[in-house]
Amino acid sequence: MEIIISVLAGILFATAIYNILQKQLLRIVIGTALLSHGAHLFIFTMGKLKTGQPPVLTEGVTDYTDPLPQALILTSIVISFGVTSLLLVLAYRTTKENNTDNMEQLRGGENE
Amino acid sequence: MIFAVLIPLLIACFIPFISKIKHKIHTGYFVFFVPFLIFLYFIQFIGEGFNPIRQTVNWIPSLGINFDFYLDGLSLLFVLLISGIGALVVLYSIFYLDNQERLGHFYVYLLMFMTAMLGVVLSDNIFVLYTFWELTSISSFLLIGYWHFKERSRYGALKSMIITIFGGLSMFGGFILLSVITGTTSIQEMITQTDVILASDYLPLILGFILLGAFTKSAQFPFHIWLPDAMEAPTPVSAYLHSATMVKAGIFLVARFSPIFSTYEWFFIIVSLVGIITLCWGSYMAVRQTDLKAILAFSTISQLGMIMAMLGFGTQAAVFAAVFHILNHATFKGSLFMVAGIIDHETGTRDIRKLGGLLTLMPMTATLALFGTFSMAGVPLPFLNGFYSKELFFGSTLGLEANALSQAIPYLAVLGSIFTFVYSMYFFFGVFTGPKQFKLLPKKPHEAPIGMLISPIVLVIGVVVIGLFPSLVNAPFLLHAAEAVNSAVEFEQISFWHGFKTPLFMSLAVVGIGTLLVLTRKKWNSVYTVLPGKLSFNKVYDKLLEKIDTYSANITNYYMNGSLKTYMSLILGTTLVVTFSFMLLTDGFTMKFDNLADITILELSVVLIMIIAAIATVFMNHNVAAILVLGVVGFGVAILFVIYRAPDIALTQLVVETISVALFLLCFYHLPKLKKSTDSARTKLVNATIAVGFGALMTVIGISAHSSNWFDSISEYFLETSYTLGGGDNVVNVILVDMRGLDTLFEIAVLGIAALAIIGLIKHKKKKGAE
Repeated sequence: MEIIISVLAGILFATAIYNILQKQLLRIVIGTALLSHGAHLFIFTMGKLKTGQPPVLTEGVTDYTDPLPQALILTSIVISFGVTSLLLVLAYRTTKENNTDNMEQLRGGENE
Repeated sequence: MIFAVLIPLLIACFIPFISKIKHKIHTGYFVFFVPFLIFLYFIQFIGEGFNPIRQTVNWIPSLGINFDFYLDGLSLLFVLLISGIGALVVLYSIFYLDNQERLGHFYVYLLMFMTAMLGVVLSDNIFVLYTFWELTSISSFLLIGYWHFKERSRYGALKSMIITIFGGLSMFGGFILLSVITGTTSIQEMITQTDVILASDYLPLILGFILLGAFTKSAQFPFHIWLPDAMEAPTPVSAYLHSATMVKAGIFLVARFSPIFSTYEWFFIIVSLVGIITLCWGSYMAVRQTDLKAILAFSTISQLGMIMAMLGFGTQAAVFAAVFHILNHATFKGSLFMVAGIIDHETGTRDIRKLGGLLTLMPMTATLALFGTFSMAGVPLPFLNGFYSKELFFGSTLGLEANALSQAIPYLAVLGSIFTFVYSMYFFFGVFTGPKQFKLLPKKPHEAPIGMLISPIVLVIGVVVIGLFPSLVNAPFLLHAAEAVNSAVEFEQISFWHGFKTPLFMSLAVVGIGTLLVLTRKKWNSVYTVLPGKLSFNKVYDKLLEKIDTYSANITNYYMNGSLKTYMSLILGTTLVVTFSFMLLTDGFTMKFDNLADITILELSVVLIMIIAAIATVFMNHNVAAILVLGVVGFGVAILFVIYRAPDIALTQLVVETISVALFLLCFYHLPKLKKSTDSARTKLVNATIAVGFGALMTVIGISAHSSNWFDSISEYFLETSYTLGGGDNVVNVILVDMRGLDTLFEIAVLGIAALAIIGLIKHKKKKGAE
């Protein structure tokens, strides 16, 4: 199952990158969102996917799932939420200011 | 000794403050004492019983890079030249540069150069030597460009920098090879390992690299082109850097390494040939110049070629003559540069066609020039030091092993010396005799102030004293220097009269033919339209530079085209290639099928749905649909978390995903509609390749990371100590808020910053709307 999840993470990365390489700002934001999903699954497979008990200490249970990737992912989810929302608003502002959402037209000037 | 090297640099730190009062006291008076004291300190080492001194101050001992100062005869000769001429040049500059100039800058550069040059000649450590070497190039660049408002100054500065730094880098390559082969960074230790070096396969490379450094620095043919342009510098600088000291750094380098290479035949061939060609070409071109300083520049090139050639011969007589000529050249050429500066200063021009008949108006200057030029020309008079070294030079060209090159050398030497004679006479008689045409001069000419004359007078006294009493400098001084280059050198009396031998006839031939050529100069002047004619190394340099400029601009513009998308592709592509090739090279891919979790239908169907949704995001051309499929992926992740018993992140993921979708919907409402991609099929293919490649890379890394088990996970630690240390049952929570509490704090800070930025972005719009 770990290998299947790894492949899934890979596919998420691939679609994310493809979206990021597009011209429209929206696609790029979608791409980054997908990228963070992929990254979460990627981290998740690093710990064994053994279906033990949730990592909440309980009397008489010795077999828990790996708490470390979970802690990492929890942090990552929150941060990527922040990033995605900032990017969204940024995309929105950029589009409003420049009247375009095309990356190819959003270039710096000659001397920047 | 280390103090002596660093003191100019230390004093340079105070110059900016001292130069504030330049209108009251000329900054030069303070600077003068620096080289003067260094000179006094080092002059005590002169003596017949001199032995080399070594002093070490650790810098980076682990890399073998230390301030290893080694004072032998050769270094001593150069140190005295640097400090002695330095003191005179500073004295001279006090009268040459008035206090309206940016004196602070000038003396800071000059002192920086002094430290650099002293460092070059005293360092035994090749890497320290290289550091100082480049520092001389940089200070020379700054000094040539001192009058930076002049176009020619900037051009000359850049040219000298490019050529000498190019040579410096190649020399550095040679040094690295040398230190790898010998396992040491000390030149003296390398000399003891000469056999190892000479037996090495890299010997031609090492020699080539090091000689390239020496030839560019010492303005040897065809790298000489930077020196005439360097004459845009203030004359004290030309006298100091571009005649007496810096351009001799290349000579010093060749002398320093000649104990290693002297038995290698190519060393003889290359150094002698380049030297002798430079001698002839430099003196031939000097006659054609009209600018006084240009004549002196080409003359310097030719004299440097002569010294270089003698080092190439490597015989006892040649080495001694080379060392002797280094000293003599510094004296007469230094004084001549100062004379040229005086003429420029007092008449307002350096154009020899406008000058003439100054003898009566500037008798002192004329006398100084007379000694300088006649010594340079090698006129056989017993009180001119130039004659002695020229005679020794002729002598050394004769005693070489017989082969085609050494057969030709004496003739070439005479040829070069004839032109040397011609331009020396041309310089003197062109300026001081002939028709008086003072109306052409921008200023009314008059004798220079005495302060300006002191320095050239001291140098000319040097010319005469060495000429009259050569034994004063011979045994106590020159012999040690020559011994450092070739240990076989034995003491030999320098005398004026050698009897009727070949060198004398060569000298007489030079004077005879030279006089003839001077008198008939107008008739054969047209020879310059044939050679060099249109042939110009400057044009080659300019074209080369221009082409490099355009090509590099084209290449840079090709990939830095301002499109973020291109940058992204480049970065990702590079990451792909590098990581994949590294993986292949180190055999990093592993895949194990044991210890895997079971595959269940439920998980498999969730994964399948996510894959379909993820791929769908690419093809969706409708805003809401795109958000919804993105949401499917997000919720799929949450379901996977639930399945794999991760309640905390599952909850968080659900909440965040819900808010995200809401936020997306909110924003997408205001954003333009998604359009069908208009990219060409080729672009699509490239994008798809990069994307799929990257996905594959991450999959491979994920599987490898999972399959290899190099060390135990630290997860057990958290499970064990969660309750005892953190006081909580929920391990994930304990990790976040207790064990890694600070990380979480920063995470909150990041979120806070993002929130502030979002508020800013939205508010900004409102304000604008209100206006």
